[in-house]
Amino acid sequence: MSPWLEAVVRAVAVLAAFLSLPLLVGQTEHKVMAHMQGRLGPMYAGGFHGWAQLVADGVKFVQKEDVVPARADRGVFRLAPAVALIPYLVALSVIPLSPTVVGATLDASVVLVLAVIGVGIIGTLMAGWASANKYSLLGGMRAAAQLVSYELPMVLAVASVALAAGTLSIVGIAEAWSPWWLLWQAPGAFVFLVAALAELQRPPFDMPVADSEIVFGPYTEYSGLRFAFFLLAEYAGIVVMSLLFAVLFLGGWAGPFESWLGWLWTLLKGFAVAVVMIWMRVSWPRMREDQLQRLAWVWLVPIALLQLALTAVGVVMTS
Amino acid sequence: MTTRDIVFAAVGAITALSALLSVTTKHVVHSALWLLVSLGTLAGCYLVLGQELVGLVQLLVYVGAIVVLVLFALMLTRAPIGPHAEIDTPAWQRVVGAVLGAATTVLLAALLLPLFSGVTVDLDGGAPGGTPAIAQAVFGTWVWPFELLSVLLLVALIGAFAVSRLVLRREDESSAARSEVRP
Repeated sequence: MSPWLEAVVRAVAVLAAFLSLPLLVGQTEHKVMAHMQGRLGPMYAGGFHGWAQLVADGVKFVQKEDVVPARADRGVFRLAPAVALIPYLVALSVIPLSPTVVGATLDASVVLVLAVIGVGIIGTLMAGWASANKYSLLGGMRAAAQLVSYELPMVLAVASVALAAGTLSIVGIAEAWSPWWLLWQAPGAFVFLVAALAELQRPPFDMPVADSEIVFGPYTEYSGLRFAFFLLAEYAGIVVMSLLFAVLFLGGWAGPFESWLGWLWTLLKGFAVAVVMIWMRVSWPRMREDQLQRLAWVWLVPIALLQLALTAVGVVMTS
Repeated sequence: MTTRDIVFAAVGAITALSALLSVTTKHVVHSALWLLVSLGTLAGCYLVLGQELVGLVQLLVYVGAIVVLVLFALMLTRAPIGPHAEIDTPAWQRVVGAVLGAATTVLLAALLLPLFSGVTVDLDGGAPGGTPAIAQAVFGTWVWPFELLSVLLLVALIGAFAVSRLVLRREDESSAARSEVRP
């Protein structure tokens, strides 16, 4: 296969995964939330258990009018959803499902994922400022404060597994993984999961979009497809974070018949992590802003630093 | 002209243009956003030159953290949408700024261009260095400057913390004194 054709095939495959996996997570969220909270949820669209609800939502979003507030900064306002969405596409392209099923291989792929996830927040900030709405501005500020705080423990947790594996390549880290890591890297895994939830602004860390205080935070003024893009960015974020967690901390494709079923194991592990994220959403109330910051700086950063020291000791002892 | 040359020229041109826009635009937040584009495309320049890790760290630190902090700080002010007369600089300041910027550019170019004009590096046969070489340089040859810099940053951090704490305490005391006087 010529390199150009291969690049196109890989890009199309990543795009297909980017467009389908978030919808799968969204549908799962509908159903899991409904069951966990003992309520029906949407049950009619499409017949069997309301399977077509997401399709109906999509059609509704497309039909809605695309409103830009009169006092808004039009250019920035229109660009913000794309800035929020595209980084997750880039991140997904370097996350491997197995050593061979990966969009693009890169030496420092784990740094790339962390870097582009940090870029995604700019979209939220742009939305918050450009809407010319006080609720949006407050939400944008909360989002920025939250993301700056939680990026540090997340980077430290990832640095710990990179140190343990001795490489910055995601494929290399997953290949160096052994079941011992479940114990050895457990504090780091905990820190990563909590920080990932906070970076995605999912409950209990949804202060930036707290509906009872600031309507819908930075996304208050958005409607139609642009609003749908922000929602898609959130679910794509869940997919990226879950797969990353599965690959870095749960061994990715490690499992029975991994030579030809490896991609399935990664997907299943990632899906299980996504269900845990949904589970947290339905079981915990929203945290207050000061509680959020306290959790990050008083608990997560020290735990992540301790994990880093523990990993360093382990690496020196075994080498 | 190879593909790499063309891509590098394009990315470099975007970097320079967005840097120029960032200092000439009259919208405060647009200025920060153009700075973001400039820093991000600079990371692209590093990537084209084969220095993957440097480019990604540039993206992680400057785009993901520093510009977010700049935007956050702007949100704390009354950064208006559109140009605003109150925060506009007078004409003489703009002229002086342009002259100083041009002078710095000429100085740097006069210094660096003769220094590296004859040097060629073959990038297609694998970039020189890469991630392991950078790690060895930072934690081997340059480990003392590196550690000194991190201590310096730590001191600055503790200093900032102490200043904010001391100011807060003094304000508490003065407000307590005021409330004692009042009844």
